[in-house]
Amino acid sequence: MDITLRHVWRSFGEKQVLRDFSHTFPQGELTVVMGPSGCGKTTLLSLLLGLQAPDRGEILGLEGLKKSAVFQEDRLCENTTAQANLRLVNPSLTREQANQALTALGLGDSLSQPVREFSGGMKRRVAILRALLAPYDVLLCDEPFQGLDQDTKALVLTYFREKTRGKTVILVTHDEKEAEFFGGPLLLL
Amino acid sequence: MTTSTTPGKPRRRIRLWAVAVWLLLWQLGAMALNQKILLVSPVQVLLRLGELLPQGGFWGAVGFSFWRITLGFLLACAAGTALGVLSSRFWPVRDLCAPLMATVKSIPVASFIILVLIWVPSRNLSIIISFLMVTPIVYQNVLGGISSMDRKLTEMADVFEVPFPRRLRYLYLPQVMPFFRSACAVGLGLCWKAGVAAEVIGLPDGSMGEQLYEAKAYLSTPDLFAWTVVIVLVSLLFEKLFLFLLDRLGRRLERG
Repeated sequence: MDITLRHVWRSFGEKQVLRDFSHTFPQGELTVVMGPSGCGKTTLLSLLLGLQAPDRGEILGLEGLKKSAVFQEDRLCENTTAQANLRLVNPSLTREQANQALTALGLGDSLSQPVREFSGGMKRRVAILRALLAPYDVLLCDEPFQGLDQDTKALVLTYFREKTRGKTVILVTHDEKEAEFFGGPLLLL
Repeated sequence: MTTSTTPGKPRRRIRLWAVAVWLLLWQLGAMALNQKILLVSPVQVLLRLGELLPQGGFWGAVGFSFWRITLGFLLACAAGTALGVLSSRFWPVRDLCAPLMATVKSIPVASFIILVLIWVPSRNLSIIISFLMVTPIVYQNVLGGISSMDRKLTEMADVFEVPFPRRLRYLYLPQVMPFFRSACAVGLGLCWKAGVAAEVIGLPDGSMGEQLYEAKAYLSTPDLFAWTVVIVLVSLLFEKLFLFLLDRLGRRLERG
């Protein structure tokens, strides 16, 4: 089922961020959301994640769906390992599976380290893996590839595309190259 | 790939050579004074310890005090943690605990000892005193640990629909553990000081505190020093063992 926003309004104090916003995100496709800073991209994701409620309007098609997310910040449990962060959202994941996924994204050398000792780019990859390995129906990502160096980004983009093929994904980015890489529907705010 | 640096091994706070210098100064001071009643030498303390070790009464006194002070400490850990968790979730519990903990912290330990002696037999005095000294520390640290939890992390757990047992295991425990450890490190030293002080005042039969008091009463300075060394060693050993086990548990939690 598609996810539809109908006449959604959302403001913060005096600032109207979303004004009579309507859009349909197609099921099973990766939609890229782009727009200038402050135009409401993160607010849109917060509404879809259920972290905020619209002032007016309605959001349809999310009922009973399992959500997964890459937040703007990493939001990792810093005092545990990357593997523990993955198993937090998916306990059915075996240690081997978790380690394989971490190794695939170049984190194989740091399996026993707590996340607090990771660099920004490493934390970002754990946050992305957590979102991809969690059981979900819809994946919402807020600039997930920010902070990754060129080589790592290429690796992660390919991995991300493979793992999300045929799934409903809403991905916010500033990077036109990322939008081109994924193709598919584009929403300009 | 890892960007973390490997810092050099931290310099130990207590260096052996420094300990040796102080022991030597103590030995020289005692030899110069040559008044056993005022200052015994470390060698004389060791000799007295050697005499005490084979005696059944010695081990009985160590066991008596160790069991009670440790029990008070463990009960304080349990109570402080439970109250800390409840206070973080229910504001009336927090409001009720705040003045209670502040009062317990500010009352001098000697006042508590005398007061508690009126209520409970001296045999159990050190349990209560150890408990009272440690509970507010554990309570405040556990509450501080939970309060410092990043709201964005709990929001993340909401999005991923993480159930409470898993949140407890992966989010709350690793977050609170460093605070709890710090409380235990402070509490372990404090419970022994306060517990033995309580025994010196309450004089329960067969306790280390009673031995200290008798040493003072008979002006037996070697005994006083020997028992002090024993108290320091026992508390230090227990502290190291307890923190070692806690650290292992912490590492297990980190590994997931």
